[in-house]
Amino acid sequence: MLVACTIVALVILGYLLTRGAHFDVLQPAGQVAKSQKSLLIFAFGIMMLVVIPVFIMLILFAWKYRAGNDKKVDYRPEWSEHKLLEAVWWGIPILIILVLGITAWVTAHTLDPYRKIDSKAAPVNVQVVALEWKWLFIYPDLGVASVNELPVPVNTPIHFTISADAPMSAFWVPALGSQIYAMNGMSSQLNLIADRTGTFPGYNTNINGEGYAKMKFNVYAKSDKDFSSWIASARKSPNMMDEQMLQKISKPGTMSETAYMLMDNGLYDKVVMKYMKGTMSDKDSTGTSTQHDMSNMEGM
Amino acid sequence: MDWQWLIGRLDLSYLPHEPVTMGAAIGMPLTLVAIAAALTYFKKWGYLWREWITTVDAKRIGIMYGSVAIIMLMRGVFDALMIRSQTALGGPGGSQLFSTDTYQQVFTSHGVIMIFFVAMGLMFALFNIAVPLMIGTRDVAFPFLNAVSFWLFFAGMILVNGSLIFGGFSIGGWLGYPPLTELQYSPGPGVDYWIWSLQIAGIGSLLSGINFFVTILKHRAPGMTFMRMPIFVWSVLVTTVLIMIAFPMLTASLALLSLDRLMGMHFFTSMGGGNPMMYINLIWAWGHPEVYILVMPAFGIFSEIVATFSRKRLFGYKTMVIALVAIMFFSFIVWQHHFFTMGAGADVNAFFGIMTMIIAIPTGVKLFNWLFTMYRGRITFASPMVWFMCFAVTFTIGGVTGVLMAVPAIDFQVHNTLFLVAHFHNVIIGGVVFGYLAAITYWFPKMFGFRLHEGFGKAAAYFWQVGFLLAFMPLYALGLMGAVRRLDNYSDPAWIPFFIVSAVGVVFVGAGIACQVLQIAYSVWKRKELHVTGDPWGGRTLEWSVPSPAPFYNYAIIPKVNRVDEWWYQKEEGVKAPKDSEYKDIVMPKNTSFGFIIGMTAFVLSGALIWHIWWLVILTFIAVVAMIIMRTMDDFTEYTIPAAEVMKMDKEARA
Amino acid sequence: MSKALEMIAKRDKAQLGFWLYLMTDCMLFTSLFATYMILRNSTNGGAGGSELFSMGFVLIETLILLTSSYVCGLANLAIHNGRKKEFVMYLGATIALGIAFLTMELTEFGKLIAEGNGPQASAFLSAFFTLVGTHGLHITIGLVWAAVLIWALYRQGRQEDILRKFGLFAVFWHFLDIVWIFIFTIVYVMGVK
Repeated sequence: MLVACTIVALVILGYLLTRGAHFDVLQPAGQVAKSQKSLLIFAFGIMMLVVIPVFIMLILFAWKYRAGNDKKVDYRPEWSEHKLLEAVWWGIPILIILVLGITAWVTAHTLDPYRKIDSKAAPVNVQVVALEWKWLFIYPDLGVASVNELPVPVNTPIHFTISADAPMSAFWVPALGSQIYAMNGMSSQLNLIADRTGTFPGYNTNINGEGYAKMKFNVYAKSDKDFSSWIASARKSPNMMDEQMLQKISKPGTMSETAYMLMDNGLYDKVVMKYMKGTMSDKDSTGTSTQHDMSNMEGM
Repeated sequence: MDWQWLIGRLDLSYLPHEPVTMGAAIGMPLTLVAIAAALTYFKKWGYLWREWITTVDAKRIGIMYGSVAIIMLMRGVFDALMIRSQTALGGPGGSQLFSTDTYQQVFTSHGVIMIFFVAMGLMFALFNIAVPLMIGTRDVAFPFLNAVSFWLFFAGMILVNGSLIFGGFSIGGWLGYPPLTELQYSPGPGVDYWIWSLQIAGIGSLLSGINFFVTILKHRAPGMTFMRMPIFVWSVLVTTVLIMIAFPMLTASLALLSLDRLMGMHFFTSMGGGNPMMYINLIWAWGHPEVYILVMPAFGIFSEIVATFSRKRLFGYKTMVIALVAIMFFSFIVWQHHFFTMGAGADVNAFFGIMTMIIAIPTGVKLFNWLFTMYRGRITFASPMVWFMCFAVTFTIGGVTGVLMAVPAIDFQVHNTLFLVAHFHNVIIGGVVFGYLAAITYWFPKMFGFRLHEGFGKAAAYFWQVGFLLAFMPLYALGLMGAVRRLDNYSDPAWIPFFIVSAVGVVFVGAGIACQVLQIAYSVWKRKELHVTGDPWGGRTLEWSVPSPAPFYNYAIIPKVNRVDEWWYQKEEGVKAPKDSEYKDIVMPKNTSFGFIIGMTAFVLSGALIWHIWWLVILTFIAVVAMIIMRTMDDFTEYTIPAAEVMKMDKEARA
Repeated sequence: MSKALEMIAKRDKAQLGFWLYLMTDCMLFTSLFATYMILRNSTNGGAGGSELFSMGFVLIETLILLTSSYVCGLANLAIHNGRKKEFVMYLGATIALGIAFLTMELTEFGKLIAEGNGPQASAFLSAFFTLVGTHGLHITIGLVWAAVLIWALYRQGRQEDILRKFGLFAVFWHFLDIVWIFIFTIVYVMGVK
């Protein structure tokens, strides 16, 4: 009786809690996140095929075969084998895992962060540097940079190359899709796209020191017009992003959203090279290309 | 004269400054002083030394492991309360109960304590208490090594708690990823406390793994073939294989990080060519087997409990063994699923994701086998069986979210969020904690001669189960709302109600633990009424054939085994009293203080390494080596009990 | 159980336990080898294996260690035939060769450090010194163990005990030889290319 009341109470509580809530992962604003949401629902649904019968059997058997009930049911203390039953509960899970496994393989490729997004629009390149404890965004082709604010044009693929000058961090915008680690001396890649305008929060998911919780940023998905006007105003900004400014903002501390005029197109490469030097022998310490994707790096 | 070398980098500035840590720094020593005073007043120092500190009896060592683990559980849940109080108040316009630095130390020590000192501690407690009795032997293969393992575990425990008083703990999470834990970002002693408490406890675990593997191979009673062993013993065997293969990788990871920190090397540093990704691979190559190390004994326990309380043979013994071996094998080839988001590429991610999902198959099979053990059984819902019901529901939910996260593309959206935190607590609490708590209730009478009070036990299960749901189901929701892990403040007010419910959940769990503490206290007080025979549950396996509490030599006469569940069938056929001629001389290992001394020296050695007191490092290292050599030269480590005395003790115990 | 059977059971357990320990040691070395292979080219702009390793030197080290294993085998024959004096002689020779090996290795380390190529110079050197150094540490422990065995013999230790303990030492010593072959191949031969 107590158990039944508790279950009812918990279900009601769950309903009340989630009634007004907004779930970025479940209410996606981009194609990548939308695919991931469908995948989540599909996988969850397929597993319920096994889980729900198991829960039913659990309650049923516990009730039916309880010691007080023994006059009404068969007690067979030595019964411990049944080939057909075993075939069923090996077989069905194997089938389900087979389906899920194939799904996992396919989606690992289609939703690979490195995979470019199919779109008529030309991609916008953004270089991301995780710092203690802020995010630097460099738009190398547009001559601007910003800290903690990430305006992007809507319906346009954004191609991120990501590095860090901080303990291992991770770049994540739940409304738009996948996260990926930002690491010193490495360059990871991510491709996202926003399907509608709006403001979407972004986070760091990997602990990197005292300012970790404050390392938030915002993606502002804007119409082409609004995006262009942001670029224009950033280019006129008195703030200059060059090596000196980079040194300044690299010092530990938090910052509010700021836009800059980009003075040095090679800043991102300089950040990567700062730590990558140590991984090279004296033979190849010169001349590295600007696109360093993970396949060139020593991996696992 | 410069005397700094004498004390290394010790300095008064390392004393705590915040109310909560100052409270701990004062409270802990005060408690120890109070205990010492009580021991002196009741004149129990001699008893403590003779019967507990110098013991090599596995049952006593098991009880010590269990006691330390339960005390550490209280500290771990208190850490959880601190974490959830902070997050309940950490929304916009809220307040910061603890400094961020303290908060980060708290969640780091919460993870370390729960995994290394509560879960591993309870696990080794159960190995020691149950395995020798279940296989019909007197003690483990290497009793002295067993004692050393416990005191190394104890040393690690002192290090974690000692950091509260002096120096502070690591802020890098329970696995301490570099470069955050390198000198560049964490120059203080906190990370070093973390490294050495894990390293020392880890060596103890490795030695125990070897010990129990050899014990199961070499100490089984005559006639007990592998396929006649209790399933719990199979689960232990498989677990020890995992321990022996996985723990050296933890030793290596921690050693290399400590070389970076102590000697300025460049394994995982950002500069000099170091590769933090290598650390992540190495430590998770240990870390994943570790969670299977923790859960497989719990599976074994539930196999015993479900069969016993359904008064029915375990369904599919052979399949259960195959499932255990399959899980063991697969747990080695899934580690990369802990960092799908590190950028290894689709092929690698997909491979490891598929391997991870495959483990769900044998695990599911076990669940079905338990269900069909209940089928056509006659089930009594004593508290161990109540714990099983809680486990079956809770662990299954956790398994579902695990398979979800095994799909790399899904993991990209939930990795390192509170969804992940909910998942692993789901399986660890539902599987490991519920299993070990069930086992404590199950085997308590065998150790102490009286039962634990049932009412408190069932209340505890209720509070734990409800507490778990309240504390962690909101976290699944929060993860999907974008809440990442390890946050002490956030700016979305919609998250606040979820964090409040979660905090209430922790209070419920605390109530569950309070019930358990009351249960023990009340049961000790009422132990005459709760007194039991050797077989309070109508058990199936050998340990229930000896009196309760089990005599120090376990079996006066080593039993002969002809089938699975030997004791159950012996009862059916009629238990015969032993003939006088069957009693033989018994050789038992002597008590020794070396286990304790080696453990404490290891503690001092670790402290010296943490505080850079090099002369003390050299001294304690030589001391440990010397003591090991001295022990190997000791020819008189055993004593004999003559058969007549054995017979006398046995007849008295059975009267 | 009779005394003889007890001794055999004890030796059996000790052997199994020690072999298992060696397998865990194997896992430790595997981790160090894996780390070395990942970091072998991270020379931080400095010298790599081809500049630093001298094959002639390493060849001599290898021959010394292999000979010490051979001599250890002779000691094993001696103790099994009860020839105590011969046993001590061969075990002593094993120790002497082990010391020679260590001396050469420490000389190599010292030279590298003096040149500025110590373990703090790069990830490659950290991995090199740690892998080879861990092997050297095991050799050192083996030498102490062998010396204690000789002392135990002179303390009128029981024959069966010495047989059992020396048996374990011999396995340990041969294991270290095998690890060295891997180091020779993976670190030095492959490093010099």
